[in-house]
Amino acid sequence: MAEFLQTGFGITVLVALQALGVIAFVMIALIFMVYSDRKVWAAVQMRRGPNVVGPWGLLQTFADALKYVVKEIVVPAGSDRFVFFLAPLLSFILAMLGFAVIPFADGWVLADLNVAVLFVFAASSLEVYGVIMGGWASNSKYPFLGSLRSAAQMISYEVSLGLIIIGVIISTGSLNFSDIVRAQDGNLGLLNWYWLPHLPMVALFFISALAETNRPPFDLPEAESELVAGFMVEYSSTPYLLFMAGEYIAIFLMCALMSILFFGGWLSPIPGLPDGALWMVGKMCFFFFMFAMVKAITPRYRYDQLMRIGWKVFLPLSLGWVVLVAFLAKFELFGGFWARWAIGG
Amino acid sequence: MTVADFAFYTFAVVTIVAGLSVTMARNPVHAVLWLITAFLSSAGLFVLLGAEFVAMLMIIVYVGAVAVLFLFVVMMLDIDFAELKSEMVKYVPIASLIGVILLVQLLLGVGAWVQADGAMGLRQSVTPDMTQIDNTHAIGLILFDRYLLLFQMAGLVLLVSMIGAIVLTLRHRTDVKRQNVLHQMWRDPAKSMELKDVKPGQGL
Repeated sequence: MAEFLQTGFGITVLVALQALGVIAFVMIALIFMVYSDRKVWAAVQMRRGPNVVGPWGLLQTFADALKYVVKEIVVPAGSDRFVFFLAPLLSFILAMLGFAVIPFADGWVLADLNVAVLFVFAASSLEVYGVIMGGWASNSKYPFLGSLRSAAQMISYEVSLGLIIIGVIISTGSLNFSDIVRAQDGNLGLLNWYWLPHLPMVALFFISALAETNRPPFDLPEAESELVAGFMVEYSSTPYLLFMAGEYIAIFLMCALMSILFFGGWLSPIPGLPDGALWMVGKMCFFFFMFAMVKAITPRYRYDQLMRIGWKVFLPLSLGWVVLVAFLAKFELFGGFWARWAIGG
Repeated sequence: MTVADFAFYTFAVVTIVAGLSVTMARNPVHAVLWLITAFLSSAGLFVLLGAEFVAMLMIIVYVGAVAVLFLFVVMMLDIDFAELKSEMVKYVPIASLIGVILLVQLLLGVGAWVQADGAMGLRQSVTPDMTQIDNTHAIGLILFDRYLLLFQMAGLVLLVSMIGAIVLTLRHRTDVKRQNVLHQMWRDPAKSMELKDVKPGQGL
């Protein structure tokens, strides 16, 4: 067995199995994420939420998924069939792709790339294509308007997201997620993590992540009060399911990024307790809870306000922070607080 | 055939086919989508060359930003392709002439290519050892350390051209309604709204 795993074919099989494991984890997480999202939302509004299918409504999402799959696929007349079906597939696959480089514990990573940060960033910058293509291929006004809005929004917030990540990269000296987490290791537990030196950027990253994943209060692409459902208007059945699943997986990916970049990934917050994948999953769940709470308690932004915040507030702030951190890290001011380089420097 | 060979031929064929399809596609939006495919597969070729940083930048910059703008513009345009095709027939002779001249020039250039004896050695000496430094670090050291001044000057040129483009296209229209966000933020609910206690069945 051990010999077989050394051969080229054996390695391929092993990698395929690992990939399947990650996909299975993400899919199961997705199902309960949708459930918890609805439950949190309901609790804030003092409703019960899903509570009929299964104990405490736990199987509600399975029932919903089954409903989507068995429904009829409606293709609008005059639409571009190939692009119409490519769009949801693309947004689902690209959201999933990011998890290839996310480490869940020390060494528990599918592909330990040394440009992992850029990989995730590239995958998330491609996600905008699912939205644009879906809106265009539907051959209808509302999806098209929704997709134009969404494209502008996602591109705008990607800029500030990228600049915030650059601050962390400067502190680490590496583009590898495992290195970023290892650089946050120390004997002070949660005081060693990057949320402390990069404190203002944590809030900015969270808000930009909300906008990047089209979550409320920035869910203008699907603003149901004006655009019906934005780029998804014409979608039904499984393609719609893929869009929704892609959106939730992208949110989960953003939660993983938050916990890796600023909250120490798999490291335990209290010195003495063992590190491990459970901490990572716990942190991701916590940030997902925050996402759900924001959805429940904030009203939707106006589009010009969204653009103003992105370009006139977040971009200057994050750019200024990059310059500041570059100086603080290069000259190792304040005892090298900002310069905990994993490699080199 | 190793996995790397297989990957190389796949990416190479996809790049060429996608590149051809960009020019052949009847629908302009499809042409842009083919262009994106070409970018992605050339990023794959960069990965095979060991230039993973360039590959990722290729995807982020070209596919994630430049091609999105292309797609934006192309989707907004109302292009009548039948009309364009009939126009094209007029220009076929001169276009093919230019094409042939370019091809001949390329062939002449490649035919007359002579390499100096130490050329390969010199080229090798510039690139650092792959085992000691990964190419993200190498590019960073060259751009931001060794050629910092040139890099900053290039940035300055881009900044000036950006400001120039904005100045040229900026026009202050007076006939549109503008939102003053600060004004809206400082609005006081106590001054803009009056609460009246209405008795039931009486009205105001």
